[in-house]
Amino acid sequence: MSEIITLAHGSGGKLTHQLIQGIFQKHFRNDWLLEGGDSAVLETLPGQMAFTTDSYVIHPLFFRGGNIGKLAICGTVNDLAVCGAIPRYISCAWIIEEGFDFGELEEIAESMAATAQEAGVLIVTGDTKVVPRGCADKLFLNTSGVGFIPEGLRLSPALIRPGDQVIVTGTIGDHGTAILIEREQLQVETGLASDCAPLNGMLELVTASMGGAVRLMRDPTRGGVATTLNEFTEGQGFGIRLEENALPVKGEVSGLCGMLGMDPLYIANEGKALLVVDGAQADRAMELLRSHPYGRDAAVIGEVVADHPGKVYMRTLAGGHRIIDMLVGDQLPRIC
Amino acid sequence: MISELEQFRNETLAEGLVKAIRRYDGRPVSIMEVCGTHTMAISRYGIRELLPPNVRLISGPGCPVCVTPSFYLKSALELCRRENTIVATFGDMMRIPYKGVSLLTEKALGRDIRMVYSPLDSLDIARQHPDKTVIFLSVGFETTVPVTAIAVLEAAQQGLDNFMILSANKTIPAAMHLLSSDPEVAVDGFLYPGHVSAVIGSGLYEELAKAYGIPGAVTGFDPADILGSILYVLEQIRDKKATVANLYSMVVQPGGNPIARGKIDEVFEPSDAVWRGLGQIPGSGLRLREKYRAFDAWGLINGSVEERDEEAGGCRCGDILKGKCLPSDCKLFGKICTPETPVGSCMVSSEGTCAAYYRYQ
Repeated sequence: MSEIITLAHGSGGKLTHQLIQGIFQKHFRNDWLLEGGDSAVLETLPGQMAFTTDSYVIHPLFFRGGNIGKLAICGTVNDLAVCGAIPRYISCAWIIEEGFDFGELEEIAESMAATAQEAGVLIVTGDTKVVPRGCADKLFLNTSGVGFIPEGLRLSPALIRPGDQVIVTGTIGDHGTAILIEREQLQVETGLASDCAPLNGMLELVTASMGGAVRLMRDPTRGGVATTLNEFTEGQGFGIRLEENALPVKGEVSGLCGMLGMDPLYIANEGKALLVVDGAQADRAMELLRSHPYGRDAAVIGEVVADHPGKVYMRTLAGGHRIIDMLVGDQLPRIC
Repeated sequence: MISELEQFRNETLAEGLVKAIRRYDGRPVSIMEVCGTHTMAISRYGIRELLPPNVRLISGPGCPVCVTPSFYLKSALELCRRENTIVATFGDMMRIPYKGVSLLTEKALGRDIRMVYSPLDSLDIARQHPDKTVIFLSVGFETTVPVTAIAVLEAAQQGLDNFMILSANKTIPAAMHLLSSDPEVAVDGFLYPGHVSAVIGSGLYEELAKAYGIPGAVTGFDPADILGSILYVLEQIRDKKATVANLYSMVVQPGGNPIARGKIDEVFEPSDAVWRGLGQIPGSGLRLREKYRAFDAWGLINGSVEERDEEAGGCRCGDILKGKCLPSDCKLFGKICTPETPVGSCMVSSEGTCAAYYRYQ
């Protein structure tokens, strides 16, 4: 096999076949995929089905804490998990730029397989396209996922009541800041890594033992915690009050954001979830989350309130208040 | 790095300062924060609402993007459309509108516009692309100008002939004199910029305080720093004194940073400059000295853009920058002019007064 991907690998002919067998079937090995049919024919489970899709176009492809493949599995697993679903099956479509390194492709596939195994999901179908050099930025991935929501579990903004507590499962802004450092090659000495992780195990721990107390869950990816919380409150009869002194932010994230004029509240996360839970059972939820490795820095960061309906606001360190609005465009680094 | 959250998790200090400020029972006063980063921090920490009604904070002209006149952006847009040209810029500049276009829209159309974090990054781009002219949009105060000067010096030393800057650099002292002497700008006290002062020193402010009888404090950017400086200014007003405190003495020395100033002087000379909203202020700009004129991208514009600042109809950024009105007094604010559809540059920059008010009020 050649060391780089050529257009012939996407032609549907022999080389495509070799690519599928040599990398994808080798690493994602399961009965459905090996059947090689035009569709994976799957068993259904009782309960509601959750179905999601997402595309991954990250630069750089490899970063501290993961790569595009791990991200693609975690992203789809988490999109299912925060809906209360138990993720089961995943599809993966590859759009590869001609000239892409074979070794890197295999490394990405390997880490997808490892992450899928950790999350307990199967990659059952896929697609491969190779586009001429310049028509894509190295590699784009699309993953879709299917999961099943256990009977009786219901999550909805409509269930949220004043007095409910808002929990974040760990420190915020780690992923976006780590990517920024690598993408822009900022000369910063840091141990910071992406938090990219499959959260279904941790979230199932909470929903399985205290289902009705969990009102809503969401993973604050692009747009960060601030944007996600605004999605919770938009058009609703309640507001959310955050406590600035309760927000878990790593020193490195806070320091770098301070230098660049960015706000950690708007920075992307890939291994964190936001939960709104019944106020009376918040302690129990925290206990469960903290018992899991991905939730050990979980914190109650705010409360659902009847005032400021539709808004998210924050009690600041100085004791004042400010509105936390949705992000407009990307955060751009400031001038001084 | 120490997390600012960790540093200020102890809120007792801020609470004590707020209590002391609320005890102020003198005449109504307006205190101007000169620096855009202070404007942002004041809004971010909700400091305005903690003050008693007789203490008003107004925002000054200390956001370099906000005071950049429209003809600069028109020139930058013209330059980015040239063949074989790469324009390098700080992120803030990307969204400033000029008649419906911006560097962001030009980038989407395929112009080679790169966002950089330091002028030295643009020098690297010039080294990597010897066949293209790299133009750095040099907008900033004394904080960023020294590094721009270093970039020009390095380019000269290495004989890089494809690197240029379009300077709209400005210096703070002349603007401060103008604001202090303008009878329409009724400022009773100043919060002086922390970063700029690290370069120019706190000595200048003593002159201002003496000449115009206005007290002030140089301060950092955390809530306790800002509250402490407000309290200091109020005490001065109450005692009818006009002295200057340096509450950022770990960073700011009375004489500033002579090395940084030396670099600025080596490469730049003072020039008259147009400030958006303030008009032309003699001696407040920086242009490349004759020796470095080969690096001056204004030469490429060659008078084709008229040096005139055009405000969009109804936009009151000028009055806002002078502290004559609040963003909410502008008819466009929050309706036609929002961060999604900014009309004036005060709404564009992350440190702009209008953006700060819109986002945090």
